[in-house]
Order: sequence, then C-alpha cells, then structure tokens
Amino acid sequence: MANMSMKKNDMPLLAPEIRTKSFEEVALGYSEELARLEAERCLNCKNPPCVTGCPIGIEIPNFIDKIKVGKIDEAYKIISKSSSLPAVCGRVCPQETQCEAKCVRGIKGEAVAIGRLERYVADLHNALDEKKKIQITKNGKKVAVIGSGPSGLTAAGDLQKKGYQVTIFEALHVAGGVLVYGIPEFRLPKAIVEKEIENLKRIGVDIQTNVVIGKTLTIDELFEMGYNAVFIGSGAGLPRFMGIDGENLKQVYSANEFLTRNNLMKAYLPNSSTPILKSKTVAVVGGGNVAMDSARTALRLGAEHVYIVYRRSIEELPARKEEIEHAIEEGVEFKLLTNPVRILGYKNKDDKRDPKNGSVIGIECIKMELGEVDTSGRRSPVPIANSEFVIPVDAVIMAIGTSPNPLISSTTEGLEVNRRGGIIVESETGLTSREGVYAGGDAVTGAATVILAMGAGKTAAKAIDKYLS
Amino acid sequence: MKKYTIINKKTLNSTVTEMVIYAPLVAAKAKAGQFIILRVDSEGERIPLTVAATDKNAGTVKIIFQIVGATTIKLNTLNIGDSLQDFVGPLGKPTNLDGIKRACVIGGGVGSAIAMPIAKALHEKGAIVDTIIGFRNKELVILENEFKNCSDNLKIMTDDGSYGEKGLVTEALKKNIENGAVYDEIFAIGPLIMMKFVVETAKAYNIKTTVSMNPIMIDGTGMCGGCRLMVGGKIKFACVDGPDFNGYEVDFDAAMERNSTYKEFESTARDASCNLFKKGVE
Repeated sequence: MANMSMKKNDMPLLAPEIRTKSFEEVALGYSEELARLEAERCLNCKNPPCVTGCPIGIEIPNFIDKIKVGKIDEAYKIISKSSSLPAVCGRVCPQETQCEAKCVRGIKGEAVAIGRLERYVADLHNALDEKKKIQITKNGKKVAVIGSGPSGLTAAGDLQKKGYQVTIFEALHVAGGVLVYGIPEFRLPKAIVEKEIENLKRIGVDIQTNVVIGKTLTIDELFEMGYNAVFIGSGAGLPRFMGIDGENLKQVYSANEFLTRNNLMKAYLPNSSTPILKSKTVAVVGGGNVAMDSARTALRLGAEHVYIVYRRSIEELPARKEEIEHAIEEGVEFKLLTNPVRILGYKNKDDKRDPKNGSVIGIECIKMELGEVDTSGRRSPVPIANSEFVIPVDAVIMAIGTSPNPLISSTTEGLEVNRRGGIIVESETGLTSREGVYAGGDAVTGAATVILAMGAGKTAAKAIDKYLS
Repeated sequence: MKKYTIINKKTLNSTVTEMVIYAPLVAAKAKAGQFIILRVDSEGERIPLTVAATDKNAGTVKIIFQIVGATTIKLNTLNIGDSLQDFVGPLGKPTNLDGIKRACVIGGGVGSAIAMPIAKALHEKGAIVDTIIGFRNKELVILENEFKNCSDNLKIMTDDGSYGEKGLVTEALKKNIENGAVYDEIFAIGPLIMMKFVVETAKAYNIKTTVSMNPIMIDGTGMCGGCRLMVGGKIKFACVDGPDFNGYEVDFDAAMERNSTYKEFESTARDASCNLFKKGVE
C-alpha cells in the first residue's frame, strides 16, 4: 500500500545560523526510514510521466521500487544505466521543473521527492566504496572529450562503457569543470565530485589536466593524434558585464571569479594562498542559481548584509526555488524590481596614492516595474523615471550570465557558431558543422543547467557510437 | 621525464630567477608574447608568467620571475630536478610582428624578460631592433648579453646612473627619435607607470605603441574575468584578448588601481613566508 501523504518528507537541513558560518553541506540527506517512507509515496505508474521529464531518461519508478525493499545496490544499477553522476544530479538538478513536475502525486499535493531519493541511493552506494572491476571489451577506437564538466564527464562515461578509449582534456588543474569551480561546497561537496570522477577513472577514462584545447592543442591535432571523434564540452566561458560605470573598480567581481577563488582555489580556508576580499556589505546582481551561490558564499565569508539586486519580481527569479528559500533563511536580502545604473567608487582628490582609491562604496540603482510580456515570455522590466537610489556596499558581484568562449571556435576551421558565439549543432545528435566533431552543454546553449549538459553529453555519446560503428 | 621538471635554474640578480621547465606541449606551441600559468604545489595559487624562450627539440620552456610574493618565494626554493605541480599554456595571443622594418623594444626591470623574446623574434625576422632597458641600479641589470645578441642598438638606463646611462627609458626613447630613428612600432613592457609614460612620449611623435599587460589572473582562459581592463572604453580580458594592447587605448590609471586589489593580502603573505625562512635558518 502506497504512502498517501500529500506532502514530501522534508529534507533534514543544517540550521541557518550554523550554515552562515560554515561551508558544510546544507542539505543533510534522507535517513533510511525517510527514504523508505518517501519511496512508498511513488505509485509506480505503468506509463511513468516522470521519466519523460528527465533529460537523461532515468527509469525513476524502477529505482524507487528497489528503495522500498531496501535493495540499494540494484537501485544504483538502474540509475547508473542512464546517469554517470547520480550523487551530483540528486543535489543540483532542478527536479521541480523536470521529473517532479510530471509526477502524478503532484496533481493533488506534492510530487515524490525523486531528487532526494536519487541522492540517497548514490550516497549510500558511494559510502560502500565498492572497487568492483567492470569488464569492458575495448573496440580499439579513441575519442577525445574537451572539458571535464557535466557534459564531458557524461559523454566520457558512456563512451568508455561502450568500449572506446576516452581521453578528457581539461584546461584547469583539476577535473570537474563547473562542478568544482562554480557550485559551492555547501551545495555540492567537492569530495562527491571527486568520487564520481574516480568512478570514471576506474573504468579507464584518461584525464589530462592543464591542456587548453585551442591553445595547447587544436582539434585538428587531436585527429592527427589518432582520435576518431571529438566531443566539445568546454562550457560557457566569458563572464558578462552590464557595461555600466564603475564595473572595473577593485571590489567588483564576476560571479565566475568570486566563485572560482572560493571553490576551486579554496580561498575560504584560512591558509589559502589565493586571496578573496571579505566584504561587509555585498550586492549580487542577477537572480539565477549562480547569483544565489555567490550571495550565500559572501555571507559565509563574513558579510553582514548581502543583497540580491534583480530587475524583475520574485516570480521571475530564475534560480531554483530551494536555493531561493535557503538564501532567504540564511538572511540574504532581496532588492527586487531594481536595476543597477552605476557602481560608485572612492576617490581621494587630494591624494592620488590613497590605497582606498578605486574601492567600491555603493551601487546606484533604479526602480523597475513590469511592462509588456517580452520574447522570453516574461513581463519585461521598465525603469521608473527619477527613482534612482544608492545602496551603500563595499563589493559587487556580477552574476548576469556568460557568453561562449572563442578559444576553440577561433582555432577550428569549419566549426560554425551562431550570432552569440555558441557552437551550432544538430539537436538530435550534437553533431557540429565538422565531421566527427560533436558538442554539447553550455558551449552550445550558453549558461544552462548541469542536467541539460549531461543530457547533451549523452545524446552526443550515442551519436558518436553510431558514427564510429 | 616527469612533466614540469625543472631542467635548469639560474639567478639573474638578487630578486630575479630564470628557470627552464620540461613541458613539451607548451614548448611546441609558444610564441613571443604568450604566457603560461603555473602552480608550485597542490595548495598553490595560479600565477601567470610570460614565456621567455622555448626549445622545441628539448621540449622546454624558459620562464623568468621576480621574487615578489609568497608564491614566487616558494617557487624560488625549488631546484633542478624538482617539478612543478601544474604548468599550462601557451595562453594569450602572440605578439603581432608582421610588417615591421624597424622597432624600438623597451623593457623595464623584470619586464625586460618579456621584452627579450619580442626583440629576438623581430631580429630573426630581419627587422632593425633598437632596445632600451631600464633598471633601478647596476646590480639589477639582467639579460644584457641576450639583448646584445638581438639588438642593433642597445641602451641600458639606470635610475642612479650606476650602469649605462642615468635616466628613464622615455628619455632614451626621445633621444633615439630626435636623432632620426624612424620606428614602425614601439613595444613597451614593464611597470604600468613606465608603459603609461612610454605611450605619452610616443604619442607626441605619433608612433604606434604596443604594451603587454600583466593583470591579476586566475584561469587564464577567459572564464573568470578577473584580468579585465578598459581598452578603448571597452572591457577587454588580458588573457584572451591580450596580453598585448594598443597602448594609446589602455586606461593605465584604472589598471594600476585594480592591480592593487590584494596589496594588503600580498604583503601579509610575503611577511609570513619570510618569517618561515627565518625559522628555517634558525
């Protein structure tokens, strides 16, 4: 008999007052009992709509069925047929707009907490640390994967399991891409990412760090080196700025820089050799997950006031609901329908050498109202005349998205990009305008989600396998 | 051989060291004006350094660095046979040397190490190369022989007159031009303030001037945006759009401010490292 409770079992959380002083993971994970109770809410639909909502098509009711009877190993096997990174997806996927949005239980009440159950299975499996050797029959063909973020890791895992020898080329000194430099420890512990990457290495994926494709090696050279196909999963790249006055002041960060200093370079640790400014009052411009991550990181680094400055209203915030809730619980303040006009800096007219010169002292904003529906389907924000006001802050983080990195497209002849610089691909296969070259993830779409990138990696892996067989 | 092994190490002066690193992939590609990013150990920060020379056959890359902060102090403690944790490149765009018949290459302090490969590349392309390098005093002069080998006319300037001529590089540049040297282009690499004044000087004669910028950087591939500069009123990233820029368009004052962002942190880190060395001696 199914558990007919209308509500999801709550995720145990670290208390907000502890959270803001620590980079420990916020969501603690289900206990065995909570997991079983939640699993029993699943009706095991014959034609499960949740599966259609999953970009990588995990057989959701099947794995949940195994949790009901405590067969976690089997549940893990079912998930890993589709996903190379279950512990990551269970944490960072926007389930509320994907699998859980389609769940039948969500019609009257709340959907089954699919993401939390996925995480439960993956964590339990990883804790067992099985070192079982998986036997793979090699087919003698080589595939190069560029970038070790979600799309690259997924493509690499799928292809290696099919018998290809996969080499991942990573520009940074560690593998993981945005999972390592972008998403903070408190949302996705780095030990979990390492574990997932370890799992890939165990099946034979070779990871070469410190290789920048487009600089150290070109795509043409990869083919000369004997790779039979290439997958580009190089990520989004260049951070965007607004083009307003004061964006080059000292305490103005792109979210990428702020998060990279903190997450990749561990600037939050007391002995880190990479510095980060520990500001008391911080404005984060933008309303996506990256903005929430930046705001919550600034709080943990000791800020007393952190403002999210967003030009639309709370309904349009693109961040996941859970991230917004966590940010509010932790004390992040929302300045909605507000748009920056310029960033104000300190200038000592009498002393050009004053070290405070060029430091942020405030952000001037204008109030906005919502007007007509625009091309994004949302009501577009319009400035209200003469409503400018200043928020005194000592740092500003710009979290307004990224544009594609030109390093690969500018060094690969015949690789076509669109007006915005994204690589053009066939959506069913990920094939680019170059034979044998596939692409996916943010390098194609611009900044999007981990799971969409994984879906693209999966699609491309399938197409590469077809192309090379 | 192990990746990133130190093949050679040479002290150029009391604060500047030259190292030759085994990194065949970088050596095969690097051109004058490009840079690498290295980490000394697994906890280390990423620092950018310009490629001073390469040996494709040996698979080695030469770097020259000034011992200024915690990381360069740590780097300088490594010896031949040790290896670096990470070494990635070549990054940035190579210096554009096309169509130059005569150029003036100006280096200031350790910036001379970045100017040198440009002078050498121009010389190898058959251009006439006038070189001006400036230092605080005689003790700090580096790469004199290397510059002699690739310059048609070399001037060494010191602030105190203890070697070469007393004065600033801009004075020597002015003199060269007044004496009839006609330059297609000037390349200036050194402290921001020096590059700013070379540009001022060159403007009076309307000579194209390229500067090499060295802002704070993390990834070096365009991802973090930390190295941004105002060039011609637009935001540019030194790592992917540069490091070379048209000197007339660079906002040097803003760049100087941004470069001082972590001054306090850097001096604390340097003091901490120095204390560790003192303890080591005790």
